[in-house]
Amino acid sequence: MEIERHEYDVVVIGAGGAGLRAAIEARQQGKRTAIVCKSLFGKAHTVMAEGGAAAAMGNVNSDDNWMVHFRDTMRGGKFLNNWRMAELHAKEAPDRVWELEAWGALFDRTKDGKISQRNFGGHEYPRLAHVGDRTGLELIRTLQQRVVALQQEDEKLHGDAEAYIKVFQECTVTRLLKSGDAISGAFGYWRENGRLILFDAPAIVLATGGIGKSYVVTSNSWEYTGDGHALALLAGAKLINMEFIQFHPTGMVWPPSVRGILVTESVRGDGGVLRNSEGRRFMFDYIPDVFKDKYATTEEEGDRWYTDQANNRRPPELLPRDEVARAINAEVKAGRGSPQGGVYLDVSTRLPAAEIIRRLPSMHHQFKELADVDITKEPMQVGPTCHYIMGGVEVDADTGAAAVPGLFAAGEVSGGMHGSNRLGGNSLSDLLVFGRRAGAGASAYVDGLKARPAVSEESVAAAKAEALAPLERDGENPYEVHHELQRTMNELVGIIRNAGEVTQALEAVEKLKERAKGAGAAGGRIYNPGWHLALDLRNMLLVSECVARAALLREESRGGHTRDDFPGMSAEWRRRLLVCGASPDGSAVTVEEKAQPAMRDDLITLFDRAELKKYITEEELADFDALVRE
Amino acid sequence: MGYKAKFRVWRGEGGEGKLEDFTVEVNEGEVVLDIIHRLQATQAPDLAVRWNCKAGKCGSCSMEINGKPRLGCMTRMSTFTEDETITVTPMRTFPVIKDLVTDVSFNYQKAREIPSFTPPASVKPGEYRMQQIDVERSQEFRKCIECFMCNNVCHVIRDHEENKTNFAGPRFLMRIAELDMHPYDVADRKDAAQEEHGLGYCNITKCCTEVCPEHIKITDNALIPMKERVVDRRYDPLVWLGNKIFKRSGSGSKG
Ligand SMILES: Cc1cc2nc3c(=O)[nH]c(=O)nc-3n(C[C@H](O)[C@H](O)[C@H](O)COP(=O)(O)OP(=O)(O)OC[C@H]3O[C@@H](n4cnc5c(N)ncnc54)[C@H](O)[C@@H]3O)c2cc1C
Ligand code: SF4
Ligand code: SF4
Ligand code: FES
Repeated sequence: MEIERHEYDVVVIGAGGAGLRAAIEARQQGKRTAIVCKSLFGKAHTVMAEGGAAAAMGNVNSDDNWMVHFRDTMRGGKFLNNWRMAELHAKEAPDRVWELEAWGALFDRTKDGKISQRNFGGHEYPRLAHVGDRTGLELIRTLQQRVVALQQEDEKLHGDAEAYIKVFQECTVTRLLKSGDAISGAFGYWRENGRLILFDAPAIVLATGGIGKSYVVTSNSWEYTGDGHALALLAGAKLINMEFIQFHPTGMVWPPSVRGILVTESVRGDGGVLRNSEGRRFMFDYIPDVFKDKYATTEEEGDRWYTDQANNRRPPELLPRDEVARAINAEVKAGRGSPQGGVYLDVSTRLPAAEIIRRLPSMHHQFKELADVDITKEPMQVGPTCHYIMGGVEVDADTGAAAVPGLFAAGEVSGGMHGSNRLGGNSLSDLLVFGRRAGAGASAYVDGLKARPAVSEESVAAAKAEALAPLERDGENPYEVHHELQRTMNELVGIIRNAGEVTQALEAVEKLKERAKGAGAAGGRIYNPGWHLALDLRNMLLVSECVARAALLREESRGGHTRDDFPGMSAEWRRRLLVCGASPDGSAVTVEEKAQPAMRDDLITLFDRAELKKYITEEELADFDALVRE
Repeated sequence: MGYKAKFRVWRGEGGEGKLEDFTVEVNEGEVVLDIIHRLQATQAPDLAVRWNCKAGKCGSCSMEINGKPRLGCMTRMSTFTEDETITVTPMRTFPVIKDLVTDVSFNYQKAREIPSFTPPASVKPGEYRMQQIDVERSQEFRKCIECFMCNNVCHVIRDHEENKTNFAGPRFLMRIAELDMHPYDVADRKDAAQEEHGLGYCNITKCCTEVCPEHIKITDNALIPMKERVVDRRYDPLVWLGNKIFKRSGSGSKG
């Protein structure tokens, strides 16, 4: 069978916020750009984001600026973040949000007509640009419409709307191709008809999102099978921080079929409170030492904060997500959970019904339609759900370049920006800031090339054989293997971990790898989800192995990695990153330690000594003191 | 709690296919999409269906359930009786690729035919100032999740293939209204709405509004006002002239 073939300057894999922003940038820099995505155009995971995009525009509180945002981000990530990324992110997010407005986005407004900003966990000031609770939809639609606008321009200029930017939708990439060390293309198949497709391209931007489908309880969609993580690994790039997975504290817990679906943090940002079965606002019992001076200690103070933020501290419901998720987990374990195994999240007693419907329309809709619960009248039941992976492709902060020449990554698939825990709202802004940078990085790389690497016939033949293999097997149903993997990860490498269980998980993954090799897909090549899943299994298993291996090595608890056998946070471990690699066939996964570069002088001095002391070693503290004395 | 439901699901590729009968387990709280997924996992691994968010946010899982356009992920099984046979078919207006998956490229084509947001050149990013009340109208239309069920149900194209070239469908007529009501959009969209995108074909039956899962008042808030704008333009030369001058000044408050 013939393989369809296309030539591009830049191929962007992924059409979420990061991918679209990268593609727009590449096209604006005159590169012939392809966007490849597994779903229809405009349906990527970004569409589900609810709360908002964090950007220190200072529209609601003029004290906000990039330095405050930078500090919040580093704190949220427990100082493990790639500080250069956190810096660029904080500085550039406002421009990226304003740019969306110039492309037609309609954010909610302040009284003086600016973009309104809302409170979110871990952000010192109201900072999230939003549209009700459907910000992701606004973001993706605006970028999608920007792509269309560029296509209309090209139609006028070249008589062909797709001359410079074309979307290949419902098309899955299964392999990155290399010539020598460098990227030369990508290989995949059309979901619709099973035909094979090959892109010749010197630069690839990975923007494939996350990995949540390796867990049973997750807010993520079927797309989140860790494809980009795996593609990068198989191409010889490295993944960092894979042990850090964000369990969002509030997922739906009932009915079972919607378990895991997200309940936006805006519910708490807008006044919602968490209670246990005894009616207690238990978050007051879980304020960790590092945050003691930043959060209210009484309900009265916490409540006053919503109207007077200058004179009160924020309620502990707005602690960073890892803290809240662990607290809920602990309450349920202690037998103070709700009937369906969660805790109560109540906004009904906190805001008038009309206000709830105005501010949280899709939550109101979601609970009414899916759980028969009217959130204006009764509390919701919520519990932790696997939501976001902090870990991902190790990239250069400024250009998004991975270790493999020609490979770039942005968005959730990249690692570093969020350290050990991401603040809500920092993803949407991350997509825009680093999507643009990766698009620019890829364009500059293409400009600097003397010759284009050629795709070799052997690599195509190998990719083809791999892609078609499940169709030729009459083996186990891939759904079975998938379910077992999900259960394994959920139970053994979940929110609370220990050496014994993670070791067990690794053994289970090893067995599942064997079973996956035998998994077959009945039916033909036309839109055959069984076949698709059989191919996705390779990625999910590889990524799960990285998560588990890194989780086993990191003997401390920090952000999205909690070890009950090592409950403390260790200043020594803060200086170490865990870097995963693999061989081209996906075997021999390795995890190596790497030193975390020290923060630049002008950035570390943005923090108080007292705060740094909670995170860094004596030695680093001495360096800091010397610096301040200078 | 659990019971066995009777399902009839369209199976087939391209132009051919038939309804196939299944008996399948249903548990408390489940939606139709869950049942389709159970069929995939247990009886028909190659059964094709689109979905993403499972929470009514992405507009992927549009299908016809007992003949009515619905999101599979938002249609609870408890809305049917236990002995009812539930018939699930693909959207009728678009060509079937396989099973429940249709070729919706018509919609992407139409999206590209509508001129994009056109702000005045003088306003720089960061300088936009708009009142909440002025953005609310367009915001309602931007809630659209592009499930394309309104385009699927609209009689102008549902059974009239020949109208597809000249009619953008409610989704994209609403997009024109959205842009026309955007406080900073300076493009002139009224004539094109009528002449190129087929606003005149719409005879305000409101079927589109009825199926919209986002409860957008497509007909009342977008199509009818847009028709009025077109009419105003056509019969009132002063309004027409006024609009033009206003737009040229680029003051950014319009309509
Ligand atoms: C319910 C929910 C609510 C959220 N709310 C917020 C919020 O309020 N604020 C915030 O900042 N963050 C939020 N997040 C997180 C945020 O939405 C995501 O991290 C972000 O959207 C990821 O964007 P992305 O561009 O990296 O990838 P995505 O938007 O997920 O896009 C990935 C793209 O890659 C494509 N792809 C994947 N694999 C392949 C392959 N093999 N071949 C071809 N294409 C492929 C997919 O089809 C898709 O187009 C939320 C997440 C969830 C789940
Ligand atoms: S109101 Fe107009 S657009 Fe909507 S279904 Fe009826 S004819 Fe079609
Ligand atoms: S307007 Fe409503 S029915 Fe039409 S595509 Fe949008 S969400 Fe779907
Ligand atoms: S799956 Fe997203 S709307 Fe149904």
